[in-house]
Amino acid sequence: MRTIHTQEIIKNVKEMCIEANLHLSEDMEQAVRSSVETEDSQLGKKILNQLCENLDIAASDEIPICQDTGMAVLFVNIGQDVHIEGMSITDAINEGVRQGYTEGFLRKSVVKDPLIRENTKDNTPAIIHYDIVPGENIEITIAPKGFGSENMSRVFMLKPADGEEGVKAAVLSAVKDAGPNACPPVFVGVGLGGDFELAAKLAKKALTRKAGTHSTLSHIARIEEELLEAINNTGIGPGGLGGRTTALAVNIETYATHIAGMPLAVNMCCHVNRHVTRTL
Amino acid sequence: MSENKHITVPFQREDIEKLKAGDYVYLTGTIYSARDAAHKRMYDAIKEAEAKDMSVSELSGTELYDRKILPFDITGNTIYYLGPTPAKEGQVIGSAGPTTSTRMDKYTPLILDKGLIGMIGKGKRSKEVVDAIIRNKAVYFAAVGGAGALLSKCIKESEVIAYDDLGTEAVRKMSVENFPAIVVIDSEGNNLYETAVSDYLNNRQ
Repeated sequence: MRTIHTQEIIKNVKEMCIEANLHLSEDMEQAVRSSVETEDSQLGKKILNQLCENLDIAASDEIPICQDTGMAVLFVNIGQDVHIEGMSITDAINEGVRQGYTEGFLRKSVVKDPLIRENTKDNTPAIIHYDIVPGENIEITIAPKGFGSENMSRVFMLKPADGEEGVKAAVLSAVKDAGPNACPPVFVGVGLGGDFELAAKLAKKALTRKAGTHSTLSHIARIEEELLEAINNTGIGPGGLGGRTTALAVNIETYATHIAGMPLAVNMCCHVNRHVTRTL
Repeated sequence: MSENKHITVPFQREDIEKLKAGDYVYLTGTIYSARDAAHKRMYDAIKEAEAKDMSVSELSGTELYDRKILPFDITGNTIYYLGPTPAKEGQVIGSAGPTTSTRMDKYTPLILDKGLIGMIGKGKRSKEVVDAIIRNKAVYFAAVGGAGALLSKCIKESEVIAYDDLGTEAVRKMSVENFPAIVVIDSEGNNLYETAVSDYLNNRQ
């Protein structure tokens, strides 16, 4: 049994909110930068170069990469041998988000009620997904999610008979419908299987995968590659203004599902695929 | 990709007609920020005033401003769909890239009919908006989505002039210099989002 105090959680969440919004992880940054070389549209290249320049300015001047600094989405894996001391862990995470977004000059983009729409003015509450895992650590991933791309995400309740072709057609249709709105080049997170809500959660989690890596399942890895190729042949391109670089990755996470169904969720993420993971 | 053009905002009418879908331009001058909540508030203010007094529907943008129904005179002006991050000390503004224009579509035809002629955002527009663009000889630009740090450098002055309570969604009057934008829908309704993808695919063959 290991004890972790919630003050430590607050401090780390605060720092992670700021870090995620100012700097892309090395793998994500590399994915954006290397796309300039393979882009064959002149305007597309120009836009990708602007994105690279934007990353430079964000880092050097400490300005958020994108003005939509997102809703704070967290994946929290709590070791079953951890004792948490202090306040409630949810309150601690929200306090970290509050401090990070306020002290880090990040945008407060959260409204308390979906219809009344009054801004909470501190970007809380966060969206927190907890998992209990073996061990005595707490692993926290923060993925601030912008809504330009979130709004273009979809859930499809496919039938088993739709098969691999149905999966590909659905993902492709989501990317085409998103077009310029999701700020291409995009990362496409796909959740396949489980049930209605698990598919969506898997799709979001898929976006946190290291760029340049594939599913460990060979048939899924193949579909990821084939889908990426198909998406980059749509011609949507950077900014939706024509070009090859429409997506930088397609990441698919799967789970067991019911004999009668094949849930599929597509979570779109713009080129600013921010996430930071720390283990406490 | 067409030649780069340097344009002054607010626009001269003759400049608008010269802008063609696909033009890459640099804007210098004065623009205003407004996004979802500010659009709803401006739209609701006009509709509520009209409900009380039918003759309000005949008023121009300037008259709506004179009667304090709208918070600034939209006539001939350009709105940037923007909700920036807060500025740190010494900064004019924080990260300042475009938000998705599609969400403003419900409000935009009325705002255009009242005199707005320029919009900067990103993403598709509805048929109703395209019709209103043609009807009013307006223009819709895209700025590069997700380049908020870069674009913030083109904003030289920024002042909240209305709806302060909306925080990031308040209306700002901004002075811009060489702000890069691409004409997506021109005053004749030509739409780059519809042609760019097929043009790219055809050229690639």
